[in-house]
Amino acid sequence: MSDKKTEVGAKARVDSSNALSFSAPNLIDQEKRNFIITATACTGAIGAAAVAVPFIGSMLPSERAKAAGAPVEIDISKIKPGEMMLEEWRGQPVWILNRTDEMTADLAKHHDELADPDSKVAQQPEYCKNANRAIKPNMAVMVGLCTHLGCSPQKKLEAGGDMGENWTGGFFCPCHGSKFDLAGRVFKGSPAPTNLVVPPHQYLTETTLLIGVDTVEA
Amino acid sequence: MADHKVVETSGQSSGLMGWIDKRFPLTSNIKAHLTEYYAPKNFNFWYFFGSLALLVLVMQIVTGIFLTMHYKPSAAEAFASVEYIMRDVFGGNIIRYMHSTGASMFFVVVYLHMFRGLIYGSYRNPRELIWLFGVGIFLCLMGEAFFGYLLPWGQMSYWGAQVIVNLFATIPLIGPDIAEWLRGDYLVSDATLNRFFAFHVIALPLVILGLVMSHLIALHEVGSNNPDGVEIKAKKDKATGIPLDGIPFHPYYTVKDMVGVVVFLIVFATIMFFAPEMGGYFLEANNFIPADPLKTPAHIAPVWYFTPYYSILRAVPPIGISQFPGVAAMGLSVMIFALLPWLDRSPVKSIRYRGTLYKKWLAAFVVSFLVLGYLGTVPSNVWGQFGPWLAGADRATVVARIFTVVYFAFFILMPWYSAKDKTKPVPERVTG
Repeated sequence: MSDKKTEVGAKARVDSSNALSFSAPNLIDQEKRNFIITATACTGAIGAAAVAVPFIGSMLPSERAKAAGAPVEIDISKIKPGEMMLEEWRGQPVWILNRTDEMTADLAKHHDELADPDSKVAQQPEYCKNANRAIKPNMAVMVGLCTHLGCSPQKKLEAGGDMGENWTGGFFCPCHGSKFDLAGRVFKGSPAPTNLVVPPHQYLTETTLLIGVDTVEA
Repeated sequence: MADHKVVETSGQSSGLMGWIDKRFPLTSNIKAHLTEYYAPKNFNFWYFFGSLALLVLVMQIVTGIFLTMHYKPSAAEAFASVEYIMRDVFGGNIIRYMHSTGASMFFVVVYLHMFRGLIYGSYRNPRELIWLFGVGIFLCLMGEAFFGYLLPWGQMSYWGAQVIVNLFATIPLIGPDIAEWLRGDYLVSDATLNRFFAFHVIALPLVILGLVMSHLIALHEVGSNNPDGVEIKAKKDKATGIPLDGIPFHPYYTVKDMVGVVVFLIVFATIMFFAPEMGGYFLEANNFIPADPLKTPAHIAPVWYFTPYYSILRAVPPIGISQFPGVAAMGLSVMIFALLPWLDRSPVKSIRYRGTLYKKWLAAFVVSFLVLGYLGTVPSNVWGQFGPWLAGADRATVVARIFTVVYFAFFILMPWYSAKDKTKPVPERVTG
């Protein structure tokens, strides 16, 4: 279309130059026309982008969804050593595992099989960046979602079993086979790249755990 | 479309058709796409699946419309409304099983349709755009199946969606925000279900219909390929301009396709009435349990048609602290089909005139597709672990890695082996 107009325009220029006049009625100023087309297109594009904002924005979490994330208080006195409790926080499963002394002691024994034994990647608050990834050495608090693609791993707390002879207890993700130890640290060779997340938490009393807030800056 | 422009229709016929033809090119379109669309006369078994895909598309749209009359797209009501359809709505169980069986059968016919394109070189010049539209349809179909699978709000629905949305979260830097935007929440929730419903029932079907139209318009512009891979338009009757090896699509191929439709519907009805769950491959047992955000089912696997890609996802290990390589490999394993027209350097199109080298590679590809497909349906520790010499790696994971390499090698090495392959001479006319 524009090619055709340019042709008309070029022809018009020749005609008008013969007439020694730039005000001939059929003269097309192609430069001006290009400018107007570009300006109109840009304005239109800006308008379209502005209209897209509410549509794309409407897909973000709503105010109601944002408000549904209050901290949870949990009584942990009933979790016996070697047992695990499942709680919900922000719609996610949170595990509270009361490790036996033996389990906690074993955590140091398989460092060479772990991808990040010293918890260097910030998947936990600073106060849990220690050998046990916990505030109280035996009490592990973790978000029970695999860091691969968010499935909830199964507990395989006992050594051995269907996990093979070398298994020292931990978690196995049924979706893609990631393996974690009893401190939520990922074993090498798993699809999951990082250790399980330790949520911000604190102890209000000796047996009351608050998940979702901490007094220390995470 | 080039051919039908020469057909003069307006003013010829009188009566209702004449009245319409003066206002809408009805007769000329019927001629261009049916009665005077000349298709090669040597179509075989493999050419049933295009028309069957169209049939399944229509079935999915019709059954889908009737399901939306009773389904409720909310986390609180979705699961119960599907059970309501199954138990209380007259004919509801048939309509729903037709829709769920249709989803799997759609992939059966599309995979066979794609394989036809692969063996007869239907993606080659001048049919690259037909192939690209086809890849687009395939991608939309995968999206459609994925969004649809969340709607019953069962355990597999929920955790499948959780995994797939989190695939986007692995994109470096912007990933987590994209995943949150897709879900509309911090976890898969009511908001996610509601928008997936919108994508499933309106957004993607519209795109698919547009792409199917484009696929057919492009096909009718250049004409169909055939099992010999020779261009029938190269040899035309001098008097009529009709390809010597061409026959009108209607009535010849409409009648032939009807035979295919009857056989297909027998298979379809048998599955629908006697094995709609297909032993857990079409509908998974865990999906008859309502979604529970706190508990992942013990064994999670996608529906069968996604399992080859899912295996590739599982097979690729993370690099550093990013699991993006696995996700990228899975995306690439689907997208790479789009490159076929430019990867294939063989002087011949059809497998009939290719040498053994190509045939071996194709066989290796088919085997790896099937093995990856099988491995995607089972847990990664299914075959136990290797001994200490392989650091106790899961046997199935190692096998999946090997076949993932074969899968990609089929495409990446194609420019080399397709050119090097010893081909046979191609006949001038189709061989019947």
